[in-house]
This record gives sequence, C-alpha cells and structure tokens, in this order.
Amino acid sequence: MAASGCRGVRSILWKYGSCGKNFCLSRSKTVPQLPVRQICVSSSLWKKNLAAAGPQKFTQEFIDKQVEEFEIGKRHLANMMGEDPETFTQEDIDRSIAYLFPSGLFEKRARPVMKHPDEIFPKQTAVQWDAEGRPFHFLFYTGRQSYYSLLHDVYEKILAMERHQDKMRNKGLFASETKQILLTGSRWQLKEEIEEYLVENISDHGYMRLIQLLEKLLSMPYCSLEEDFILKFRKQLEVQSSKHEIPALQHDPQGVAFSVADGRRKTAKASITLRDSGSGNITINGRNYLHCFPLLQDREQLMFPLHFVGMLGRFDVEGSVEGSGHSAQAGALRLAISRALLSFVSEGEVERMRQAGLLTADPRIRERKKPGQEGARKKFTWKKR
Amino acid sequence: MCSGNMAAGVLSGVRQVLRGPRLLSAVFSCHGQTFSSAAAAVKSAPDTAVTEKILNFPLTQPDYFHLSELFTMKDLFEARVHLGHKKGCRHRLMEPYLFGSRLDTDIIDLEQTAELLQQALNFTAHVAYRGGIILFVSRRRQFGHLIETTSRECGEYAHTRYWKGGLLTNAPIQYSPGVRLPDLIIFFSTLNNVFQQHVGIRDAAKMNIPTVGIVDSNCNPSLIAYPVPGNDDTPVAMEMYCRLFKMTINRAKDKRRQMELLKGISASV
Repeated sequence: MAASGCRGVRSILWKYGSCGKNFCLSRSKTVPQLPVRQICVSSSLWKKNLAAAGPQKFTQEFIDKQVEEFEIGKRHLANMMGEDPETFTQEDIDRSIAYLFPSGLFEKRARPVMKHPDEIFPKQTAVQWDAEGRPFHFLFYTGRQSYYSLLHDVYEKILAMERHQDKMRNKGLFASETKQILLTGSRWQLKEEIEEYLVENISDHGYMRLIQLLEKLLSMPYCSLEEDFILKFRKQLEVQSSKHEIPALQHDPQGVAFSVADGRRKTAKASITLRDSGSGNITINGRNYLHCFPLLQDREQLMFPLHFVGMLGRFDVEGSVEGSGHSAQAGALRLAISRALLSFVSEGEVERMRQAGLLTADPRIRERKKPGQEGARKKFTWKKR
Repeated sequence: MCSGNMAAGVLSGVRQVLRGPRLLSAVFSCHGQTFSSAAAAVKSAPDTAVTEKILNFPLTQPDYFHLSELFTMKDLFEARVHLGHKKGCRHRLMEPYLFGSRLDTDIIDLEQTAELLQQALNFTAHVAYRGGIILFVSRRRQFGHLIETTSRECGEYAHTRYWKGGLLTNAPIQYSPGVRLPDLIIFFSTLNNVFQQHVGIRDAAKMNIPTVGIVDSNCNPSLIAYPVPGNDDTPVAMEMYCRLFKMTINRAKDKRRQMELLKGISASV
C-alpha cells in the first residue's frame, strides 16, 4: 500500500511539476514559483470508503425518471402481448414477464421482475428543511421526529380524554360502562411494521413505551372516541381455517353429489373422487383396497378421515395413486380424502379436522446422504486410534 | 435588483444575435456589462439602505418590542418564581442571585430575575426578528408536552426527549449534511433527570450558540449566556415562562412581517 501511495505521490508531483514548467515558459518571472510541499497521500484516501457510505441514496429526479420509464415500458409490454395498454394491471405484467422470460431459478426473488419503482427502491426521507434552512417539523432536532411526534399525539389524546371525562363528571353524565373497543382477533403491530409506517428506526425500549402509552389510552373509560386511531396500530389476525380451499361440490347426471381432491406425501401423488352414494366401497387404481393395501395400518389411514367425521358407510371412494411406497401412498390418499370431505362437512367440523391434523400436508421428505457418513445420520465406525 | 436581472437577460439575447462579428459582440457585451452593473449598483443602494434600516435599527433601541409590558414583578411573585430549593441543594454560583432563605428554603431575588428576564426576552425577540431558529429544551417529563405545544404554536422547535450524544457537535452525521443548527437554545430546566447539568449547555457553548436558561437554586449558571434565576418546578411558573416566550417570539415575528410589508411598499414607491 505504501508503494502504491508513493507511486501516486510521484505521479501528482510529476503532473504539478510539468504544469509548473509550462507556466515558467509562458509567464517568465512574473509569478514566483511556489515551493512544492511533499504531501504524503496514501491510496486509502482516494478509494471510496464503501462501509461508511451507508445505503445507496437515490435522488428524487432519478426515481421520477424510473417511474416514467416504467409507465412507458408497461405500455410497450401491453402492445407486445397484444393487450390494451389502458387496462394493463400488475398481474398482467407479472404474467407477461413470466411468459417472455421463463426462468428455472428456484429463488423467486432472483427471477426477472417488473414492478413500480416505489416497490423496488427503498423509501427514503426527503430533504427536511426549506430554502432558508428552517426544518419543516417542530421536533426535527430530536433526531427521531416521526416517533416522538407520534408519542406527542398519543399523549395529547390522553389529556383530551381526561378533560372530556372531567367535563362529563361536572355535568353529571359520567358513565363508567361506555362502549369498549373490540380487540379480540387482533394484535399490536410489530416493531418492524411500525418502523415501516414511520420510515424511522425505533429501539426496543421506544417500541415498548409506545405500546404502554396506547394501552393507557385503552384503559380510559371514553377510549371509544379514539377507536380509529388505535385500530391503526392493531393488525387483524387471520383465522387459520378460513385459508382452506374447499373443492367444489359437483353432481352426476344421476344426481349423485361428488367431489374431487388431490393429496401428496413424500413422492406419492393421489387423486380421489368421493361419491355420496350410500355404500362404503373403496376402489384404488381399479382394484379393491384390500388388494392394494394388505397391511392393516395403511387401511386404517384410509379409514381415519371418514371415521373422524362419522360418515364411514356413506361415501364411495374412487382413487388413483402413484409413486413412492405403500405407507406414503396411504398417507397421500388420506390427505386427498380429507380435502374431498371438506365440501360435505360444516364449518365447525372443518376446524375440528384441521385441529386433528387431517388437513395438514406432511412436509417430511427423505434426508440426503452426507459425504463422510454412511447415510443421512449414520456415521462410519469411530476408531479411537 | 429585478431590473438588473432583466438587463442581463436582454444582454444575453443581444449576444446571441450578434454571433458573427466576435469583436463587435465582445465590445457590446463589455459595455453592456458595465451599463448593467452601474444600473444594478444604483438600484441596489436603496435596497441595502432599507434592509439595513430593518435589521440594524431595532438594535439601537433598548426595548424595541416593548417587552417590559409583558410581565411585572408581582406576576412573577404570584407565579411562585421566587421559590428555590432547600439550603442543602444550593449551588455556590447561585448565591449572588438569592435574596435569602426562609425556613431553609432559598428565596430568589425577583429584582434581579426581572431584569435578567427582560434581557433574555429582548435577546429572544431580536433573534426571532432576524429569522433565527430557536430550540426549546427541557428534560422535565412533567412539562415536556407543554413545551412542545408552546414551540409548535410559535413556529419554533423543541427537544424535550433523551438528548443523543452528538446532536450539536456531530450534526452532519446525526442529521444530514447541510443542516442548519439552532441560533438560540432556551433551557426551561438546565438539569436532566439525574440532577446533572444538561449536556446541551456544554455543547451549545462549544458550538458558539447563545443560550437562555431558567436556573433554579440548584443549577450551575456559568456556561449560560442569559441565565434567568427562577423556579423550574412549579406548573404555574412554567406556564408563565412558556406564555412569555411565546408572546415575545410571536410579537417579534409579526413586527418583522410588518416591516417587510412596509419595505415592499416603500420599494415599489
């Protein structure tokens, strides 16, 4: 590094030296030659300090230009695909890009993507002050203006509510059993979500303080006045069982109701048709299930979903299965039967089935063999010496 | 000033037209430049005179903003500004400002307080008049909300939260490069939550930022430019200080707007 530094110094001196010579030639003796001071300059000063630069900052003009290019590109893409540029949505864009640039990469984030620049470039804070240098926000000099202004607003609301309470008490209209805000089925937003909302970093202590203030607001009698404000900080939890895709109930020409569903386990793939005919026959791959699964355990797996909902003798099961071994095929068939049953069963039963584990696909697959070992886990014989 | 710009615009047009004969255009531009600079000089002289009048004239008056009518010593007494802490908490450097002590409680001399408060308010008014940034600082949790509301109402800034290390001394890194620091810092309480001197006083002194501070009998008034001995624990006293500073700043800003309007009228005339 010292050698490169010296080389650099020498090159600088040579440049300045040559310039000095030219100067001498053009203006003789009018300008006194300044003494050239040897400045030790190491190459680390020229190299950009990448670590200290921080995350890359994009100017507003750059992002505006990107937005313009995106809009134009969207119209080109629509024309290419032969669709109407006016009604070209983001889903259409995704579909077109997946068609034009098919990618076999497993990592979804590595595949080609065309999205609005606001979703790609991280949100940055704009310049915080006006032409004279006066900041816009009154809490700018605290360093964390959004977070502290939020605390200020929440405290303001608490004070306003206390004043309201006092006014009602003075009038004699104070009622302690006022309307309460429904909080079941929701949770406080996480620290990361609030950081995203405020576009600022918060410490854990700061997050706890904010939640404490909001809880204090909730504990007051007239908290229903600020319901909208508080619900902004709560996130609704999705009910797990509502995510299940219930297969559509179809009807035979004879009027018999049936439903079709698939199931997978290890490498086995199964497809089931449940017919509401009234007999308890089970046919797999065209053969009786007794022939396919001589083992009792496999037949129990097939029977379990129907036994659980208590509809053993009601349905006619017709299925096809391929791949893997007998146990995995039985598991795949069980999952397919449970999914097909969803269309015949009530909401409460669906939740019961989910809790029994009938609707969860078993994610276990065969573990790979590692080098230096006999198998996935088995090691070679250990010799002490 | 605007006529000078217009002249420059006309000039550039002239230069573009006469692109052929270079010498001619050079001559034209030289003459034109001297003409425009002379015109600008003539026009800018009244502007600078008016600006000087607006900025410098208030400094020649002792009480340009009539701040003595904002408070009397009786108001200070009724707001319990004279009540200090107990004898054991007394700071040595506050002894000149104390009137005495009664039943171990220190009593602050309100005559000195009134005078120093008048000076502090006058200084604040002049800073606000010249468009300076004023920062209200206090670390008392009891009055944090009040001070933030006061600062919002007069259009200035507040910092009543945990003071991070390099806010003043390491400003380009703490905020962004090119940030403008406050021109005046007003401390409503010079101590922090563990009864030590607020870091902001030392940092402001380092950065040559003048400070106004309400010093109680247990505070150190040495590094503060305009100390105002007074009570910083009672809500009545704090509300009074907030009200006084808000009124001074609003008055100064209104006066400035008035003078700007008058300047606009006189310039157009």
